[in-house]
Amino acid sequence: MTATLPVRPAGNGTAPRVNEISIRIATVNGTGSASANNLLMRAIFRMGVPVSGKNLFPSNIQGLPTWYEIRVSGRGYSARAPRPNLVVAMNAQTRKRDIAEVSPGGCVLWDSTWPLQEPPGRDDIHLLEIPIARICAQEFRDAKQRILLQNVVYAGAVAALLDIDMGIMGALVDERYARRDKLREANRRALAIGHDYAHKHFEAPLPCHVEPMDLTRGSIIVDGNTSAALGCIYAGATVAAWYPITPSTSLMDAFTSFSRRYRRDPDTGRATALIIQAEDEMGAIGTVIGAGWTGARAFTSTSGPGLSLMNELLGLAYYMEVPAVVFDVQRAGPSTGLPTRTQQADILMAAHASHGDTAHIVLFPGDPAECFDFAVRAFDLAERFQTPVLVLSDLDIGMNDWVVPRLRWDQRYAPDRGRVLHPADLEEIEAYHRYSDPDPDWVCARTLPGSGSKGAWLARGSGHNRLGAYTEDPGEYREVLDRLSRKHAASALRGPEPVIERRPGARIGLVTVGSGGPAVWEAAELLAEQGVVTDLMRIRGFPFSPPVREFLTEHERCFVVEQNRDAQLHSLLVIAVPAAAERLDSLLVYSGIPVTAAEVTDGVMTRLSPEAAACPP
Amino acid sequence: MPTVVRPAVRHPGLPVNALGLTVRDYEGGMSTLCAGCGHDSVTAALVQALWELAVPPHRVAKLSGIGCSAKTVGYFLNGAHGFNGAHGRMAPIATGAGAANRDLLLIGISGDGDSLSIGIGHLVHLIRRNLRMVYIIENNGVYGLTKGQFSPSADIGSTTSKGTANVMEPIDPMLLGLSLGATFLARGFSGDKAELIPILKAATAHRGLAIVDVISPCVSFNDHEGSTKSYRFTREHEVRVTETDFVPPRPEILASIGWEGITDLTLHDGSLVRARAVPSGYDPTDRIAVEEHLREARACGEVPTGILFVDSSRPDLHEMSGTVSQPLVDVPYAKLCPGAAELEKFGSV
Repeated sequence: MTATLPVRPAGNGTAPRVNEISIRIATVNGTGSASANNLLMRAIFRMGVPVSGKNLFPSNIQGLPTWYEIRVSGRGYSARAPRPNLVVAMNAQTRKRDIAEVSPGGCVLWDSTWPLQEPPGRDDIHLLEIPIARICAQEFRDAKQRILLQNVVYAGAVAALLDIDMGIMGALVDERYARRDKLREANRRALAIGHDYAHKHFEAPLPCHVEPMDLTRGSIIVDGNTSAALGCIYAGATVAAWYPITPSTSLMDAFTSFSRRYRRDPDTGRATALIIQAEDEMGAIGTVIGAGWTGARAFTSTSGPGLSLMNELLGLAYYMEVPAVVFDVQRAGPSTGLPTRTQQADILMAAHASHGDTAHIVLFPGDPAECFDFAVRAFDLAERFQTPVLVLSDLDIGMNDWVVPRLRWDQRYAPDRGRVLHPADLEEIEAYHRYSDPDPDWVCARTLPGSGSKGAWLARGSGHNRLGAYTEDPGEYREVLDRLSRKHAASALRGPEPVIERRPGARIGLVTVGSGGPAVWEAAELLAEQGVVTDLMRIRGFPFSPPVREFLTEHERCFVVEQNRDAQLHSLLVIAVPAAAERLDSLLVYSGIPVTAAEVTDGVMTRLSPEAAACPP
Repeated sequence: MPTVVRPAVRHPGLPVNALGLTVRDYEGGMSTLCAGCGHDSVTAALVQALWELAVPPHRVAKLSGIGCSAKTVGYFLNGAHGFNGAHGRMAPIATGAGAANRDLLLIGISGDGDSLSIGIGHLVHLIRRNLRMVYIIENNGVYGLTKGQFSPSADIGSTTSKGTANVMEPIDPMLLGLSLGATFLARGFSGDKAELIPILKAATAHRGLAIVDVISPCVSFNDHEGSTKSYRFTREHEVRVTETDFVPPRPEILASIGWEGITDLTLHDGSLVRARAVPSGYDPTDRIAVEEHLREARACGEVPTGILFVDSSRPDLHEMSGTVSQPLVDVPYAKLCPGAAELEKFGSV
């Protein structure tokens, strides 16, 4: 299994802007641009150059503006890029804005079939015109192809401008349409048209272009929802229940498709997983809890609004001590909010979901590789601690393509099923009581329905004592509640440790969580160039483990970088480590667009400036 | 839900069933419901039915939500695991339990508030999933634990103990079930144990969701003159549309007998539950005719009881999903993990 930091920089040997490029492709959603954008990204990856893709899309099926950003970075920066060097402006609706945002000296490739309504208003950029729609209308007969292949034409032109290997581009097209000759030919031709046009009319390649490297060997491109689903397969999940919700739907879609391959009994062809599309999120979590109580590894995937609905039963599972795994692929709230935009605004809710004194184990994967690993760990922790475990991913991790180290599996892995007494174990004891005899982690042994009458017990969400019987006795009631609190605290030592990176002389700490990792890591590099040395910590689990406390208390000042308005991680840290409260400061980015390094460095420098003025070097 | 332990006094002469267990072995804790509560009679009928069927107690999973009905899972089958969950959420919990272990006999005890109000969305979809389960609705038209508010099954004109009349249409779980494709619908009366026991046995035998609506009067809040869910009203208006008999296993009757008005349900042990239509022409397999009959009966103020509808042809959740015959909880991990070599192949660009 893997634990990842962003890809390491390859040194500063490359010329400026070679392999440090940001491309923004503006299209209309529902026109099929995703596969062309994916083609470009994969070709760059195959050239051995680190690359990342961010899809900024509307909550809509067809007709609204959408952008795809590809960041090429030989230094391994994978956060959302600053201003683009190359804009492909295929959407006349947003063209003005797209032109305005290209960085000085950058290029705009635009479809000149529809002339600009007004002058671009910039003389510091290069405008590269291709009448793409007109060319496609001339070259292709099929009405659908005329639209779809416009994307492939711009991909061919971008390949020429950035010197992306056309052999690889062609091979990717061939692989994609291996069994569809006509489509393959049409795509190949569109690619060549764009490529040849660019070479004939522009000075291709541009000064900023891609040169082959050898930095992606041993890596894969994957999104976090797919890898989380694969993690559930490897963890041995057999029951899944869900209600469709953006941006988590692709997680269960992936689990469904993996199940077709990996959850089939070889002898009978019958399924060894049952996936239930529930009536709502209460139904989904209820099904997961019912299956968990019965002894299956069960999970659900959802997003903020769904997690809101699951609150009631999460509290039930916490109090009854039933394992459950919940993936929350966070989106921008509150309420319906921005369903297709990213945020980390469910942290507080996840930590304490449900009424009453309730606290959960929460895992924060930072990239798709960790989504895979943490899926497996989530089931182990849920069963070991007999409690819900919430895995807080977000749209950026879940739906965007990331380059991560190839996923690895340790064949020695055995699921941690926690303390379960089977009939043979029950023979050994005189009497069984559900909430008695805790282990050092404050976990009591459970028994599974169907396993025998001696271990039978009635699970209840009402007040109960250590025997599992109803109680209103203050002492008996508190005894169980206090043990639950100790059990939660004990889980801190079993959850994933934070990823910490120390630099000599650093007195400032940058603290982040989840998808904030790459931007904060890049920011630390940029700050170092400006003489501000920082240590880094990416928190990966709640409750917080001792290294988190140590990091906070050993730095003069810590900036907690998170993607929500209310400083939710910061708040949890202050509660957990009150001694560090004075040292903590928040950097909050909550526009719904993935955080950039510039936002972090600007925030840090602004906050440091009064201090810097007061204490000159 | 206070627990009162029942004294473990056994009469040495108590009869035993095929498993060598006495009826005491099917009991639970002492009921803390009001004296005379219909629910206690339902519990007693269930205990008797399960004992007579010689169901191994540990093969049962008891489920409930919240309410007076939900408390009763503590009053039978001490030897079975139970799940007294959250209000209205019994159906999803049962779905998960049944999905994970198809060998469990799921017995759910719900109420009219639990099933027809807060949990109706879940019930509706449980019917569509046709989960194999005995789903009992202890129906008294009133919220007991919160002291007497109308439930959604209260009839128009039925009054609270203080005299306020209900003005809204009631939800009849039998008509609801018919319209949604339910595969087993029966109605009993807690005051008629002789009829209820074979109905519960038949429900146990059904391969799918068996909904048993039991009119179970609330003595504290809904057993007065103006109530249509009182003992008196139900006794006066109950009309049996089928008589249910339990036939112990005998080889010669295993073949289905097909004369009109008889519906046979074969149990696991080969015994037979037989529903016999009382009014001539009542056919419990004809969904449209049953619905028509129930609507007419309702218009006349009758409470039809017995096995009202059965459709044994529809697949249950596992059959629909094509899952293995072994319970999913018993599939060994080695069969579930694709292994390192397979992961090595994943994500090649």
